[in-house]
Amino acid sequence: MSLLKKSAVELVSLLRDGELTSADLTRAYLNQIEEHEGTIQAFLHVDREAALQQAEDLDRRRAAGENMGPLGGLPVAVKDLLCTRGVTTTCASRMLENFRPPYDATVIARLKAAGAVLIGRTNMDEFAMGGSCENSAFQTTKNPWDPERIPGGSSGGAAACVAAAMAPLSVGSDTGGSIRQPAALCGVTGLKPTYGRVSRYGLVAFASSLDQIGPLAATAEDVALLLEVLAGHDPLDSTSIDAPVPRYIETVRQPLEGLRVGLVTDHLAEQLDPDVEAAVREAVRVYESLGANVEEVSLPHSRYGIATYYVIAPSEASSNLARYDGAHYGYRTDESALQAELAAERAAAQSEQEEARLDTPLVRMYRKTRSEGFGAEVKRRIMLGTYALSSGYYDAYYLKALKVRRLIVEDYRAAFQKADVLLGPVTPSPAMPLGHFKDDPLGMYLTDLFTVGANLAGIAGISLPCGQSREGLPIGLHLQAPPLEEERLLRAAHMFQTATDWHRRRPDFVASED
Amino acid sequence: MSELPYKIVIGLEVHVQLATQSKLFCRCSTQFGAPPNTQTCPVCSGMPGALPVLNREAYRMAVRAALALNCEIPEFTKWDRKQYYYPDLPKGYQISQFDLPMSQHGHLAISDPKNRFEPKRVGIIRAHLEEDAGKSMHDEQAGTADSRIDLNRCGTPLLEIVSEPEMYSPEEAKAYLTELKLLLTYLEVSDCNMQEGSLRVDANVNLHIPDPEAADGPPIATPIVEVKNMNSFRAVERALHYEADRQWEVWQESHQRLGDVPKQTRGWDENAEITRGQRSKEESSDYRYFPDPDLVPVVMSAKETAEIRNQLGELPAALRKRLEETYGIKPYDSDVLVNQGRALVDYYIELAEQCGDGKLASNWVQQDVLRLLNEREISIDDYAVRPSAFAELLAKVQDGKLDTSRGREVLAEMIEAGLSVADAMEKLGIAEVDDSELVELCQSLIAANPKIVADIQAGNLKAAGALIGQAKKQNPNVNPSRVRELCIELSSEAS
Repeated sequence: MSLLKKSAVELVSLLRDGELTSADLTRAYLNQIEEHEGTIQAFLHVDREAALQQAEDLDRRRAAGENMGPLGGLPVAVKDLLCTRGVTTTCASRMLENFRPPYDATVIARLKAAGAVLIGRTNMDEFAMGGSCENSAFQTTKNPWDPERIPGGSSGGAAACVAAAMAPLSVGSDTGGSIRQPAALCGVTGLKPTYGRVSRYGLVAFASSLDQIGPLAATAEDVALLLEVLAGHDPLDSTSIDAPVPRYIETVRQPLEGLRVGLVTDHLAEQLDPDVEAAVREAVRVYESLGANVEEVSLPHSRYGIATYYVIAPSEASSNLARYDGAHYGYRTDESALQAELAAERAAAQSEQEEARLDTPLVRMYRKTRSEGFGAEVKRRIMLGTYALSSGYYDAYYLKALKVRRLIVEDYRAAFQKADVLLGPVTPSPAMPLGHFKDDPLGMYLTDLFTVGANLAGIAGISLPCGQSREGLPIGLHLQAPPLEEERLLRAAHMFQTATDWHRRRPDFVASED
Repeated sequence: MSELPYKIVIGLEVHVQLATQSKLFCRCSTQFGAPPNTQTCPVCSGMPGALPVLNREAYRMAVRAALALNCEIPEFTKWDRKQYYYPDLPKGYQISQFDLPMSQHGHLAISDPKNRFEPKRVGIIRAHLEEDAGKSMHDEQAGTADSRIDLNRCGTPLLEIVSEPEMYSPEEAKAYLTELKLLLTYLEVSDCNMQEGSLRVDANVNLHIPDPEAADGPPIATPIVEVKNMNSFRAVERALHYEADRQWEVWQESHQRLGDVPKQTRGWDENAEITRGQRSKEESSDYRYFPDPDLVPVVMSAKETAEIRNQLGELPAALRKRLEETYGIKPYDSDVLVNQGRALVDYYIELAEQCGDGKLASNWVQQDVLRLLNEREISIDDYAVRPSAFAELLAKVQDGKLDTSRGREVLAEMIEAGLSVADAMEKLGIAEVDDSELVELCQSLIAANPKIVADIQAGNLKAAGALIGQAKKQNPNVNPSRVRELCIELSSEAS
C-alpha cells in the first residue's frame, strides 16, 4: 500500500527500472478505488479489466524492449469530458449518458502514446458547470478529507481521486477555476495551462474561449511530468499555440533566482476566510525565506471578473450546447409519449388558431429532449447565455463583457511588469459542506472570484496546498504567470514544496494505510 | 417596361458551392452524389469536442471570386456563429460571417444583347464565406414516416453573394445570374450546377409605385417578399414576373406599404407557376450571431490578395470586348461565344487567327460547331475537327471553291470519317468546275427553259434560282453564285 504514497515521478522510475510492473501498480490503484469509491464516488466509470489489459500490454511491450513513453505504464484518471474512442463520455449529463465517441481527443491520443493506463473516468459537474460536483447527473463526489464536504468542481472527481490515492495522475479541465479550485479543496496540485498550450480537440466544450485542459497530481513535479505529455501544438485545434514544449520535468527542480512574487492585494481584501488569509500570508513568508522579493500588486478590474465571466462563459455555452438536440446522438425524449402528448393537445384545442400555435413534433422533440436531458444549472446557464446574445442585449452584455475582459488582460500585463508570478488564495474558504450552495447559485459563482481572471486573460495558473484550516481542511495557494510561463509556475511551486510538506499531507484513511 | 404603373425592385442572394476538394472546416470530401452520410467526420457531423480548422484553399478561392466581382478584400476577417435549430444543422449553428465579411462593395456589369435594358452595373453589397448545411429528405406523407438527414453536404464551402436591390426587371435579374454564373465558371471556383444545388438563388422583390399624392416625392415601396425554391434561371425570371403581378394586385387591394407587415417568404411552385406563402414566423428570427471562439481571425495580406488578383486571368467581360475589337464580331456574337466557356473561345480564337476572318469563323462556330456540341452533348475538347483543319475548310469557302452547303457536307465527312479537307472533298467527288464547262451547262439550261428566261428578262432575277437547282442536279460541284451570275448574263443575251 505504500506504493500509493509514492509520487508519480518515483513510480515512473520504478516502472522504467523494471522494479514494478504496470499491472501490479494498476491493480493497487484499482484495489484502492474498490475500497474507497463507495464513500468518495470520484469515478463515473472504471473498467477494471480494460485497465489491467492496457497495463499488461504495456508490460509486454516493455519486456520486448520497446520504449514505453514518459508515463511508461502509469495509471491516469481522466475527467469524463475527454472524448475517448468507444468509451462512454458522459460529461456527467443524462444528455450523453450513453454517448460513445467515434474518436479520441488529442489529449487522450497523447496519453495513450505516452504509455498511460487509462484507469477511469472521473466525476464532474454536468458539462463542467459548477464548483462542487453536486451538478453531476449521476453522483456527488465527496471530499476525501471530509465526506460531508464538497470536493470542489467542476473537476471534483479528478482532484478527489488524487487526494484519495486512487490515481497518481489526473487530467481535468479549467474554464473558470475547475482544476485549481478542487485541487485547493482536496489538497492536491493542479495547473491550468495557458489558453492554447494544450489542445482542446475532443474536450467536450463548455466555453471555448476559456476552456483549458490541465494536470492534477500530488506534487508540482508530478504535474510537470503530466503537463509535458499533454502540452503541444495540435493542427486540429485552431486556437492551439504553435510553440515548443519545454522539458518541464527537467527544469522543475531548479529554483528561481531572484524570484519576484506579486501579492495580489485585491484578493486579500475580499471576504476571505481568516484561515485562508493566514495560510496565504504564511506562504509569502516561505517565499521570502527562499530569497524571493515579494511586492504588493493590484488587479483593479478583478472585481468585475465574476460578472464578466458569467456573461462570456454562458454565452459560449448556450451555443456549444445547442448540438444536444436529440437529433443525431445522445438523449432523445420518448417519441410515443411525445406524439400522444401532441395528439391530446390537438384534441383539446378550441380553435384552428389554437391548434396552429401548438409545437410541431420537431420543436416539441427539441423542447422535451433538452428539458429532460439537461440539469438545472446547465439550463440556467443556457438561458443566461441565450439572453446575453439576443438581439438588443448583445451590446449591453456580451460586447461589454468582452471590453472588460480586455481590461482584465491589461491588468495582468501591468502586474507582470512588477512580478514574475502573482500570489494569492485560490478560494475564499476551505471546502464547504455538501448542499451549502443548494439554493444559492450566485454564492457558488462567487467562489470563482480568484480563479476566473486567469481564464479571462488566458494566462497560466497553479493551485498548490499551503496549509490547513482549523477543521483540518486543505487550503490552496494560487500562483499565476504570464502566457506560456508554465515552467516558471512549476519551478516556483516546486520551490515551495521543497520548503513545506503540505503537499505530502493526506486524508487520514490514506495516511494510515501501509 | 416603362408602361407598367410600378417599378419592380429586385435584390438577389446567391449561394455558390466552391469547387474545393475538401470541406471548409474539415478534410471530408465535397464530392456530390456519394451514399448518404459517407462523407462525414466528427467535425462536420457536430460531434461533442470536435473543432473546425479553416481550409485555406477555400478561403483563397472565395477571395478569387470576390476580386472578380470587384469587391474590396479586408486584411482581417473573422467567423461568426449563426444559431438556429434544424436537424440538418448538427451543431445548432452555422459558421458564417456577420459583421466583418471577407469582401464587400463590389459590382457586376450586365448588358443585354437584345437591348431590353441599358448596360449597367449591379452593386454587390458583400460576398462572404460560410459552411453549407446537410440535406433533409422529408417523408412525402407528413407524419407517417421519419425524415432522413444526409450530412454529406454539411460543411461544404458556400460563398454567399448579396446584390444591392438594383435590378428593375426579371430580365435584368436573369442577366445578372447568367453573368455571375459565367464569371464563376471562368474562374473555376464553382461548377454552378443548379440541379446539384451548387448554385442557389433567393430573390427579394417589391414594387416602387409613384405616390399619387406627391408626384415628385419618393415612390411608395410595397412590403419586401423573399422568393425561394427557384431551380433554374428561367424559373427565377418567371417567378419574378409572377411575383410583380401578384404584388401589384395585393397593393391595389390592401395598400400595404413596406414595414406594415413582417417580411414574407414565398416559394416558387414550378408546376403551378405561382408563388406560395411559406409558414411565416410571428417574430423575425434572432440568430444570436457572435464570434466563433473555436476559430482564429483570418489575416490575408495585401500582397497575398494582389497575387490572387494577378492570377485571375481574362474574365468574360474583357474577353467579349477583345473578341469584338480583334475579330470584328458583334456583341451578340461575342456573347454567344463567351457564354460557351473559355475552351470554346480558345477554339474560336485559333480558328479566327488561322482563317483570318473572325466573322466567318464566328458564323461557322455558332451554327455548326455549337449545334453538334449540343446535339451530342459533348464539349469542344471532344470535337473531332481541330481548328487548323477547320481553317483549311474555311479557306475553300473564302476562295469560293466551296459554297456553304457543300462546305457543310465536307465538314460532316471530316467529323464522321475523320478525313482531311482534301480527302473529304475527294470522297464527295467535289472538283472545281471549269468556267467554260459551266458556261456550256448554263447555255443548255437557258435553251431548255424559255419561260424562266423570259421571267429573268422581265426583271424577275429570283427566277434564276430554279436554274441553279437544275445546274446542281446535273453537277453538284457547281458554284451556285457563279451559276446565277452566268444564267442572268446569258438570259439577257438570249433573244
